[in-house]
Amino acid sequence: MKFLPLIWKNIWRRKFRTVFTLLSIFIAFVLFGILMTIRYSFAFGVEIAGADRLVLIHKVSLIMPLPVSYQARLQQTKGVEVATHQTWFGGIYQDPSNFFANMAVEPEPFLKIYPEFQLPPEQIQAWRNDRQGAIVGRDIAQRFGWKIGDRVPLTAAIWLPKGGGTTWEFNIVGIYDGGDTVDKTQMFFRYDYLDENRARGQGQVGWYVVKISDPAQAVDLSRTFDEMFANSAAETKTTTEKGFIEGFAKQIGDIGSIVIAISSTVLVMFGLVAASTMAQSVRERTSELAVLKTLGFTGPMILTLVLAESLFIAFTGGLLGLGLAWLFVQGGDPTNGMLPIFVLPPRDVVMGIALMALIGMLAGLMPAIAAMRLKITDALRRT
Amino acid sequence: MQWIRQTFAVLALNVRTIPQRLSSSGVAIVGIAGVVVVFVSVLSIAAGFAAAMQSSGSPDRALVMRSGADSEMTSGLSGVDVDVIKQAPGIRRDGQAPLAAAELVVIIDLPKITSPDAPANVPVRGIGPESIPLRSEFSIVEGRMFKFGTNEVIAGRAAKGQFVNLNVGNTVVSGQNRWDVVGIFESDGGVAETEIWIDARTLQGAYRRGNTYQSLLARLESRDSYDAFRDWLTSNPQLNVSIRRENEYYASQSQALTRLIRTIGFGIAALMGIGAVFGAILTMYTAVATRAREIATLRALGFNTGSVLVSVLAESMVLGLIGGTIGGAAAYLAFNGYQTSTMNFQTFSQVAFAFRVTPQLLAMGLFYALLMGLIGGLFPAIRAARLPIPVALREL
Repeated sequence: MKFLPLIWKNIWRRKFRTVFTLLSIFIAFVLFGILMTIRYSFAFGVEIAGADRLVLIHKVSLIMPLPVSYQARLQQTKGVEVATHQTWFGGIYQDPSNFFANMAVEPEPFLKIYPEFQLPPEQIQAWRNDRQGAIVGRDIAQRFGWKIGDRVPLTAAIWLPKGGGTTWEFNIVGIYDGGDTVDKTQMFFRYDYLDENRARGQGQVGWYVVKISDPAQAVDLSRTFDEMFANSAAETKTTTEKGFIEGFAKQIGDIGSIVIAISSTVLVMFGLVAASTMAQSVRERTSELAVLKTLGFTGPMILTLVLAESLFIAFTGGLLGLGLAWLFVQGGDPTNGMLPIFVLPPRDVVMGIALMALIGMLAGLMPAIAAMRLKITDALRRT
Repeated sequence: MQWIRQTFAVLALNVRTIPQRLSSSGVAIVGIAGVVVVFVSVLSIAAGFAAAMQSSGSPDRALVMRSGADSEMTSGLSGVDVDVIKQAPGIRRDGQAPLAAAELVVIIDLPKITSPDAPANVPVRGIGPESIPLRSEFSIVEGRMFKFGTNEVIAGRAAKGQFVNLNVGNTVVSGQNRWDVVGIFESDGGVAETEIWIDARTLQGAYRRGNTYQSLLARLESRDSYDAFRDWLTSNPQLNVSIRRENEYYASQSQALTRLIRTIGFGIAALMGIGAVFGAILTMYTAVATRAREIATLRALGFNTGSVLVSVLAESMVLGLIGGTIGGAAAYLAFNGYQTSTMNFQTFSQVAFAFRVTPQLLAMGLFYALLMGLIGGLFPAIRAARLPIPVALREL
């Protein structure tokens, strides 16, 4: 501890160089934080998917409809808590570039299956009472300036209304909220409203979500469901919600590995800058280190001195950078709805801190070992 | 004149001594090269996707969909609609028959070769006999065309490369349907190459679509007959359709994704660039510091400040040039032509495309590298020019 002032003095012996090294590590970790956020965003929150939720889709593909009659049969199966269906509506608000997810659901089972969507009781009641009622996420309400009581028109892309025209009208009866990892850019409205008023496709739903009482039974129940509907006009394929989301994310491509490749390039590049600066700074001080040794500093003590210096630079720059990335992410999705889940996962923060330690160690290790092995006579003779 | 000669003399000296300062110059070069690799490769994704979409459509063809539909997937046309649309003026005719085909698209799940356990949405397009002469860019490259009225299909070249079991002789299994692959086709690198094509009537039967279609593609008499064709259809009270030129339809579908990739690419490159500039500044300061005495000597000999300033800037830009060239070359070698596929959200189906490291991207990368070198060299250059001669000569 008593050597702290010495380390401090050494760090700032060339202020300019230290500041720039700090800045490049700072930038590296700002980037790291943002890249990890993007990666998580493209995984569609797969890590929070409920292990007790199964998704049933048409065996041919997700976009083929299933009959509404499956619900009763699913609900009666042993081990099933709630079974409900959802239907993709694909409505457009004003302009196709305002894309957001809107789906027809059954309010009560829907809210039972997804407890992460938080909605005040009076708003639930209002949704129950209004056939044209719809609930929207806090983020989307903010984006379009929607308030409870607003009447919102959507242009149909798939389901045309029976009465002609292309417009459907909804009443905003609730605004749901949820934790960081809940997608708050969606809109849910009542299936009975859709089914009664669409021109075709009565009795069809998009897919089923089933909450089971024991996650350990997921595999068995999936098989039971698929066998139940085998050889019918609409065969099903059941997966866990996690598997479903993972599969969906994979369709977009391996964004994860692209982002990791970029992050590694960035970190290697900046690690190299730090390492080379560190090495140079130690090289310049050869004679001073030799003097320290003459004064009785042991090899390990010198090693610690040099390593402490590089770790200090790595952690200061890194923590400030990660902090700024975190602040940026708090500001929300900058792309206006294309990355609905925009959070810096705690797991990646831990990884970032580990990487700071790694960069600090690697940058300091070579010069530190060289300094430790220094022969006093050689070093003093060199200048 | 003398000024220029002086500048070149100092610059030559600087550049010749770069190898002596290899590790310090290396930092700047690696930093700049890293930025250029990331910048060029990320933007090559957007360029590749946009190119696939752009080569998909021709301004000589018009696509008819139900009014309000934003893509073929959400559109629907009845057999009656189709018969009416085919009467429209402006369609090129082959004898009596109009060159127009009603088509439908169904998405099926097939595993990707790269991740066999995750299904991918592969579009299956039901076509009519006119669909082939309509598309002049279409050609069979392996096997043969399917026979209408059978369970045979042909697969696009990109689809064959991305999804399992699409070689000639394989059977595609989807639900209770089994289709034999008899040929592989090419279509100018467009989106169609990610599709499987089948007789429209077979597809209607397989998925209980009755006599309905999703879109109608028509070859126009000429590019200019588009307006007549569109006006006749939109003013026809029997129909409720929207018309677009085929190339515009595909171009609009690539916008959202290319914009997202470009935003991310430019954002990351800008941030990384700041870091690389710091690296370059460090390098150049070191370069100036280690040569303080030489620089002071030169100035004492009568070399003017401008020459010293420019020469340091130029050295820094040479580092940028080297870094930019290495980065551009690395991105080109690693990513140009890299085949991949992604999901087009508008149609919910897979689109295969290849990364494209275009000459423009390489030029942009090189320009960016030079810019980083310039900014990185600026302060060290000013410092070198301002170095008080007596102090610098006394140093060491």
